[in-house]
Amino acid sequence: MSVKRKKGVAPYLVLVGLVFMALVWLFPMYIAFINSFKPEQEFVQNGVLALPQDWDFSKFSKFWGEVNFSKKLLNSAQVSLFVAFIGVVLSFLTAYAIGIGRVKGRIWILGFFMVAFTIPQEALIYPLYSVSKMLNLYDNIWSIIIIFGVMSTGFGTYLLSSVMSTFPDELLEAARVDGASPWRILRSIVLPLLRPTLFVLATMFFIFTWNEFLIPLVMLPSNDNQTVTLAMAVTTGQYTSDPTARAAAALIGFMPSVIFFLIFQRTLMRGITLGAVK
Amino acid sequence: MSTKFEQTRQYYWFAVPGVLTFATLVGGSFAYNIYLSFNEWQGIGKPVWVGLANYQELIHDRVFWISFLHAFEFILAMSIIPTALGLMVAALIYDFIAKHFGNAVSTFLRISLYVPQIIALPVVGILWAWMLSPNVGVINTVLRNIGLDKFALNWLGQSSTAMLALSVMMIWIQIGYTIVIFISGMSRLDPYLDEAAQLDGATWFERFRIVTIPQLYPEISVVLLTTTVAALKVFGPVYVMTNGGPGDATQVPAYFSYFHFFSTLKVGYGASVATVLAMILTVLAIGLLRFQRKMGVLR
Repeated sequence: MSVKRKKGVAPYLVLVGLVFMALVWLFPMYIAFINSFKPEQEFVQNGVLALPQDWDFSKFSKFWGEVNFSKKLLNSAQVSLFVAFIGVVLSFLTAYAIGIGRVKGRIWILGFFMVAFTIPQEALIYPLYSVSKMLNLYDNIWSIIIIFGVMSTGFGTYLLSSVMSTFPDELLEAARVDGASPWRILRSIVLPLLRPTLFVLATMFFIFTWNEFLIPLVMLPSNDNQTVTLAMAVTTGQYTSDPTARAAAALIGFMPSVIFFLIFQRTLMRGITLGAVK
Repeated sequence: MSTKFEQTRQYYWFAVPGVLTFATLVGGSFAYNIYLSFNEWQGIGKPVWVGLANYQELIHDRVFWISFLHAFEFILAMSIIPTALGLMVAALIYDFIAKHFGNAVSTFLRISLYVPQIIALPVVGILWAWMLSPNVGVINTVLRNIGLDKFALNWLGQSSTAMLALSVMMIWIQIGYTIVIFISGMSRLDPYLDEAAQLDGATWFERFRIVTIPQLYPEISVVLLTTTVAALKVFGPVYVMTNGGPGDATQVPAYFSYFHFFSTLKVGYGASVATVLAMILTVLAIGLLRFQRKMGVLR
């Protein structure tokens, strides 16, 4: 009885509480947004909370131009796309040997990937830095494409192996009885069925790579090679005394990620939960 | 038998590119890093072998211990608090919002709380440093508006509050991840248990504590593992917000090793810090995986 009575009010209280929490969570983005377009005078007069009366796009476009943001967007897009592609191909092939081929020692291969996956980038960065200098790949975006493409295989192999180990055996057996080679099975059976999962994985690699910071910071010193995340971190220092310009910088920095997220929200959520519990 | 073995052998070839590149790049770099940690080197010329000297120096370096102390404080802010809060919020969304107000509302809540996760950490750092600025920043403005003037502090500028400010930001970042994982975990639970407990007169909170949480152990352990690893690796926000300061108030292992690699050019010393960090992470990950297996969490 008491349960029934509670049903009247409790859900509404929960709703109000959670909506309030969601608004608090969105507030930083909102406040950066309105201040990016607030004329400096208004900021001084009305403060940080007031809505802009005149919308002023000059700070936004000035920052965009000074940082040469279009170039950074292109760099980030190029790096992230190639990494997603390389990472998915390498992970798929390795996971195929483990999950479908059930090769001997697969536990060891998987264990190796998982242990190596926990090694922090700090413990790799100096060797990567000095070797890339030796190979003339320093300050070249291909260096970080190779590094992230290969490093992605740790997580990717783990995820795809566990997906593939649940692959229906009857399908594979039927193909083997018909004399299909492993390569043929990969192309005609496994790849088509796994395409949606590979897309999820590629989306995750794309956003992970977009957000990477330490390795680009060390590897890409010149302006023209910087990624969005790196450019944001190293250029905003010069705007410390100009609050509206800082707001614009923050907005420009997070806008691409938020837009990308809103488009691929479902895909990403599937990937995140897929990775957590197999 | 022999045909089967022949077959598996053919499959080895598929693992070759991935294993080889990964072993070279990650394994090779890590081995090289360990080697460097036994050397004194400025990045040019030949490294000089010094044995365990770097590690001996570490043990006596106050900043090294402080940096790990802060890393453990970040475990609280990035792992433990977000897990506890996330469980609570996820259960509220799952039990109340989705049931009574439909999927649209629950999706809105999930997306709003998840957005901070999607933004690159250095960019989050820029945003929060701006919000935390002492005079015109929005956080102090709000505090003043509601009459809490004495809390309108120079959050990042003084060593007593810098870690606290970073920790609050970390909770804001992390909670979306825990909520999403836990909600997806709840959808696989058997509703029968919950209903049975309800018929027995258990309150919502009792059911949450006794029925829901134990069933979510797999998700909880995965979330604790991944967020703890992330907490020990914090670098970007410290780099853009505080540079480890004021003083060493926000120094963390990742930044500390970066600092020695590229500022003091004590490469061997930086390598030893990074090696210790890697060891701790590996031991932690293996320990948690074994614990999961013992608990029967991993099938």
